[in-house]
Amino acid sequence: MKKKLTPYLFLAGPLALYFIWVIYPIFRTFIVSFTRWDGMTKPRFVGWENFVRLFNDRYFILSLLNNFKWMIGFVILSIPLGLLFAMLMDQKYPGHRVYKSLVYLPMALSFVVIGQIWSWVLEPSGGIVNTFLRWIGLENLAKPWLSDPRIVTYSLIWAALWRQVPYAMVLFLAGLQSVDREHVEAAIVDGANAFQRFWYVILPELRPAMVITITVNIIDSLRAFDIVFVMTRGGPYYSSSVMANYMYIQAFHNYRMGYGAAIAVIQFLITLGFILVYVLNVLKREERL
Amino acid sequence: MRKTLKATLFYVLCTLIVVLWMVPFVVAFFTAFKTMDEIFMLRNFWSPPKTWTFENFKVAWIEGRMGRYFINTTIVTAVSVAGTLFLSSLSAYALAWYEFKLRTVILMIFVSGMLIPFQMLLIPVYRFSVVTGLYDTLIGVILFHIAFQLGFCTFFLRNFMATIPSSLFDAARIDGAGAFKIYSKIIMPLVKPAVAALSILEFTWIWNDYLWSLILLQSDAKKTVTIGLTTLQGQWISSWNIIAAGALLAATVPVIVFLVFQRYFIQGLTLGSIKG
Repeated sequence: MKKKLTPYLFLAGPLALYFIWVIYPIFRTFIVSFTRWDGMTKPRFVGWENFVRLFNDRYFILSLLNNFKWMIGFVILSIPLGLLFAMLMDQKYPGHRVYKSLVYLPMALSFVVIGQIWSWVLEPSGGIVNTFLRWIGLENLAKPWLSDPRIVTYSLIWAALWRQVPYAMVLFLAGLQSVDREHVEAAIVDGANAFQRFWYVILPELRPAMVITITVNIIDSLRAFDIVFVMTRGGPYYSSSVMANYMYIQAFHNYRMGYGAAIAVIQFLITLGFILVYVLNVLKREERL
Repeated sequence: MRKTLKATLFYVLCTLIVVLWMVPFVVAFFTAFKTMDEIFMLRNFWSPPKTWTFENFKVAWIEGRMGRYFINTTIVTAVSVAGTLFLSSLSAYALAWYEFKLRTVILMIFVSGMLIPFQMLLIPVYRFSVVTGLYDTLIGVILFHIAFQLGFCTFFLRNFMATIPSSLFDAARIDGAGAFKIYSKIIMPLVKPAVAALSILEFTWIWNDYLWSLILLQSDAKKTVTIGLTTLQGQWISSWNIIAAGALLAATVPVIVFLVFQRYFIQGLTLGSIKG
């Protein structure tokens, strides 16, 4: 009997905290999403009303579409760039460590700092991007990056990639360690050129790293918040809003807790599929241990 | 010949990438050292300062109260990292060495919890803090960080413990060592490298946290560095040099920690294959 209890004794403290601050809130948010509640008076049960309203709320739809832009941007840019950087810097020439350290650096920064720095990089009149474009004669490409509703989301994704690409790079570098050198050598002997070696030997062996990196990038894109909130607050006119940011504004600025909770639930349900992919992959790896 | 060509290509491409990646840092660096006059006269973000001044850092630190915010962030980060590492080592120990009914379920709860969007927790956690009186206290933020990071840390440490040969554990057990003794005297010393990697990762994440300080703190005296920086942006709207100095100050500690312990940071990221 005593033996059986031991693991639970070790787990009691951590699980108690985890239930109070993580598990219980998840269920609670589901319940709140079916109510109308200003956070002060008593919540009133309203059934599916919040969800019906959400899908008629054009700012929510806009936020949702922006999240998909983030997702696509992360997948089609941070994956190939991360892989390219990793392949390049995996060549162990003297100094490769210094290069890596410098590229990794944005990962050490808070999004608040990243957002602030990038709003200067993208500043229309004196920012370095527009100054450079004007300098090389491409003046018509110099844009008000953060105030033009048509491009603001892309500008934010661009800023986020500064941190996201090195992150993908780290995961790919780890994946490259497990690529069998002998297979690569064999391909060289068989006369495969650099591209063929990459495409037919290295890439297939990177599959596990690829699945994890893509999944993590998608999950990150769906929960983007800080950088949007710090740089534009979702503006101008909600044009750069994402679900996380819209939820925060509805719940904590407009005191519509029920409506905010409903946004969180939608965000959660969309993310859930990718979380499952991740967890299943992790468990598969566990079995091999 | 081919070899030199390849090496040249490596250095050219790497230098290009690094230069490109460093541009935003240089922008912030230049701006932080400019005088107010220069900011207003030139209104650009790319030229080096004509006269370098340290005044902006002083203003950000004292008048911008960054010094105060630094103390708060230091307290929150130190206590949260220590707390979450201790508690997660307990749960990881149980999940790594004991066979029991709910083992897989509990592990899965920890793993999936670390990936959920924060928005799913905001309202109940905020409400809970208000009701229990933890709102606007550093301990409220600390408890949340400890609890939330348990998911990732437990998963991470458990995976590491699973690589320790079980014969060690079994032998200690046969010798009659109690569970807590095995945990503290045998397993924990072996897990030290993982704890080191994890503490660097957690340090960076918690130090850089913005959302939870935004939700759970209110008064100026309690603000953390990230919130303080946004306050600075509101107060010194067009004094870009002061804000840049504040941003650099906010970045200094995590950047130094990262550069010094980079090996652990990268190990942590790859071992865990996920961030919080």
